[in-house]
Amino acid sequence: MTSGRRGRLNKQWLWVGLYALTMAIIPNVLANNYYMKMLIVLAINTIIVIGLNLLMGYAGQVSLGHAAFYGIGAYSSAIMTTKYGMSAWLGIVAAILVGGLVAYLIAIPALRLKGHYLAMATLGFAEIVHILFIELREITGGTDGLYGVPAPSIAGFAFDTPQRLYVLVWMVLVICLVMALNIAKSRVGRALRAVHGSEIAAASMGVDTAKYKIQVFVLSGILACVGGSLYASMAGYVSSESFTLTVSITLVTMAVCGGMGNVWGAVIGASTLTIMQEYLKSYNDYNLVIFGAILILAMVFMPQGIYGAFSDLAKKLKHRLQAIPETAGEQHAAS
Amino acid sequence: MKKWIALMLVLSLAIFAIGCQKATKQQTTDTTGDTKEPYKIGAVVSATGPAGPLGEPEKKTLEMIVEQINKDGGVDGHQIELFIEDDESNPTNATTAVSKLIDEKGVIAIIGGTTTPSTLAMKPETAKVKVPHIAMAAGIKVTEAPNEWIFRTAQSDAIAVQKVIDYLSKTLKVKKFAILHDSNAFGQSGATELQGRAPGAGMEVVGVESYKTEDTDLTAQLTKIKGSGAEVVVVWGTNPSPAIAAKNMKQLNMTIPFVGSHGIANKSFITLAGTAADGVVFPAAKILVPASAAGEQKDAIDKFIADYTAKYAEGPNSFAGHAYDAIHILVQALEKAGSDNEALRDAIQETQGFNGISGIFNYGADDHDGLKTSDMIMVEIKDGKWTEKK
Amino acid sequence: MQFDQLLQFIISGITSGSIYALIALGFTLIYNSTQVINLAQGEFVVYGGLIAVSLYAGAGLPLFAAVLLSIIIVTLIGVVFERLAIRPLINHSIMTLIIVTVGASILFKNIAMIIWGRDPLTIPAFSGDDPIMFFGASIIPQSIWVFGITMVTVVLLQLFYKKTITGKAMKACSINQTAAKLMGINSSSIVLLSFALSAAFGAIAGVLIAPISMVSYSMGGFLGLKGFAGAVLGGLGNPIGAVVGGILLGILESLSIGFIASGYKDAVAFLILLLVLFLRPSGILGARIKEKV
Repeated sequence: MTSGRRGRLNKQWLWVGLYALTMAIIPNVLANNYYMKMLIVLAINTIIVIGLNLLMGYAGQVSLGHAAFYGIGAYSSAIMTTKYGMSAWLGIVAAILVGGLVAYLIAIPALRLKGHYLAMATLGFAEIVHILFIELREITGGTDGLYGVPAPSIAGFAFDTPQRLYVLVWMVLVICLVMALNIAKSRVGRALRAVHGSEIAAASMGVDTAKYKIQVFVLSGILACVGGSLYASMAGYVSSESFTLTVSITLVTMAVCGGMGNVWGAVIGASTLTIMQEYLKSYNDYNLVIFGAILILAMVFMPQGIYGAFSDLAKKLKHRLQAIPETAGEQHAAS
Repeated sequence: MKKWIALMLVLSLAIFAIGCQKATKQQTTDTTGDTKEPYKIGAVVSATGPAGPLGEPEKKTLEMIVEQINKDGGVDGHQIELFIEDDESNPTNATTAVSKLIDEKGVIAIIGGTTTPSTLAMKPETAKVKVPHIAMAAGIKVTEAPNEWIFRTAQSDAIAVQKVIDYLSKTLKVKKFAILHDSNAFGQSGATELQGRAPGAGMEVVGVESYKTEDTDLTAQLTKIKGSGAEVVVVWGTNPSPAIAAKNMKQLNMTIPFVGSHGIANKSFITLAGTAADGVVFPAAKILVPASAAGEQKDAIDKFIADYTAKYAEGPNSFAGHAYDAIHILVQALEKAGSDNEALRDAIQETQGFNGISGIFNYGADDHDGLKTSDMIMVEIKDGKWTEKK
Repeated sequence: MQFDQLLQFIISGITSGSIYALIALGFTLIYNSTQVINLAQGEFVVYGGLIAVSLYAGAGLPLFAAVLLSIIIVTLIGVVFERLAIRPLINHSIMTLIIVTVGASILFKNIAMIIWGRDPLTIPAFSGDDPIMFFGASIIPQSIWVFGITMVTVVLLQLFYKKTITGKAMKACSINQTAAKLMGINSSSIVLLSFALSAAFGAIAGVLIAPISMVSYSMGGFLGLKGFAGAVLGGLGNPIGAVVGGILLGILESLSIGFIASGYKDAVAFLILLLVLFLRPSGILGARIKEKV
């Protein structure tokens, strides 16, 4: 059993390496600003969805308010750099600190709530934050937003073109992915996943669920803030219209479509939906009609998400292959 | 079984959608057999989302005008190839759309966006890659420095607000007024300008209330204004809220004048507000009352209204006019200077006396707006019709 | 602040609040039978309004016929939606079902945009526009319609739950689905009925507000949000709670316009909602919490 798990874990890191490599090769093949920007958006979405995936798939909590953290990250960066002339790095640090603090403060009371009540609380929180972005004009620039957000730079090397910024975003993404995979395979992660997010069962196994849930919530908030901060650097402009309820719901949709309960689901969901949304734009008015229909169909045919569907398929195939040479394989595959 | 039925239904819907897409796709290849390279022009509009009612007529206009120009032999023998991207009223989409147009499609100039946030998201990008950019959004920040590469055809909020301020202080001669505005970019920018300009005209703003675009009832805001001693209420927003406000004022028996913004310069407002629309006064481009224009500008307006109505079976509004002006100014500059970006930019900047739908445009090195207050008129709604208020 | 002004704020709040309440009732019904939050609830409202506009202004039907027919059509849409998209997934996780409703809301919304265009539309008020004075505050007759029908709906719903076999079965399902199944209740038809009723309630809200606030394809998300907030504030699953929550939300909004600042009205309303939730984690009239895992 132990050797089996180690084998699986090694395979896990192989996948990380392969993913990192693919993401690194793409810019060499598709070197234009548009593709680079799309990849940055894709990577930012992936970073945020990884956080949501941990929150929903492992801690069993739903957030309909992650656009707020996304926005807090973007605005923190933009305010620090454009109003106080700080460097973009400090902007990112500020985004993490502010986002983490806000997430912590909201997590303590909010995580007492269950199911849809929590969803409503996070949604209400996001609406309040959105209104503050619009109304606190002295700080946020109101509906005009803030522009002129600089790109980060190291020793004179500025990440100021999409190609250069992509490298930075890609590194952050890989770090986040590795971190999330580590959390998922940690004792607590395994415990919660083993009992499918049931708190009582986890608690009976000696897991301090309340503390763990707050930690995961704060982490997912921070990841969204990091994404927002990178977004501000890419766009150079921040406006409240980029952080609406629709964005929150889209992020959750990415997490569910990819498949919860496995970090790779987040990667697959964010990538697939970002690419699909962009591709469908060529259908003009029919764009979202098709998108909505695909979403419904995807859920009807793959209720466990894309990752779930493919791992089921893989299991079945494995089962079939093993069933031929040895009948004992059946038991092995079932475990 | 049911899954398959659902699948079939949706597949047929998708095929249908693709069919429609193909059918409406514009013929952009040249028909004249000319060998000159086409000029590629990109546009970003908000055809869907909250700003859809503004962006859709812009899109229709661009498609119509480009078709006309290509039919007439193009620009110096170059056909125009038009690429339109919809940002769904979300500035994030506008930043990627502008890169798509420039890097992937290789356009030589950009028109758009519809809203101020989308335009501001596009502005640093076009400036960075030095592509001439004509915006259709009204926010003051759009053409604020640095503005080397950006121009606009919408009347800046400053002009529309000045028109209203003049009307309040000179025609109505009031001292106190209240503002009811949408909390979106359009409403907030108008409200800020109104508050900034009122003291200069000897007036006091006694109440500023806002609402969300989708709000169903505005009586609470109006009740507050009613108690503020305002002599006029200025409503700054786009449909349907100003129509709700007009009805709500009637309900509350508020008899003070209702002054609107150019956001209600469309038939929809009159239909929605019904009899409550009577007596409403607002600033607008001359396209609403073509008789108020003169000479070549009137001819341009008349022709545009006739063409648009013939093609789309509905009249154009002032947002359609912004698109008309943008594409024509761009085409004029292309005729003069060709496709080199620096030369094209300079040619746009040298635009003088262009008879557009929104006014007579005179750009200059320090004026990328090109319009004056005299390019707008005050319009009054009488018995469901627009008349010029002098 | 004068009395008539305060009264006017409260009346404004009740007008918007009654609409939120009707939408909240739709959420409650579906929640009770499936524990799903139907994020396409706002689209039922939009379709109710827009179909009524087409039947009245387009097909030239009399107003009340247009309104009734529109409610029937939307109910059928609800039934078809349940059969095609919800039924196959009923035993899967709630999150999967919620994403299906997200897909449906996107689909419905954009089909509406293609059919009815982007401009808002309206129908005439049911009984004229002349305001009625009430202690110095004014009410339009349509607001009374909205409030009255909301009240009648919730009373009928309570009677239905208490007096009819189907209603009792529905209630039983909402309390414990497995036990209800064991008792021989057909939970499949209960789910179908709840979608039909909730689509009907949405459509009623749509035809009622079309004369007051106009309808456009894009307003479903906003109305759904308010209805959801009302349902949660009152306590998910309780029809009386939905009505109380919805109306309270409307009054909170209009009082924050009156006493704080109109720009912050939604922020204040949501802040109070959050406070209520933190103090009473299952809403004002909410029952104990149950979770499907």
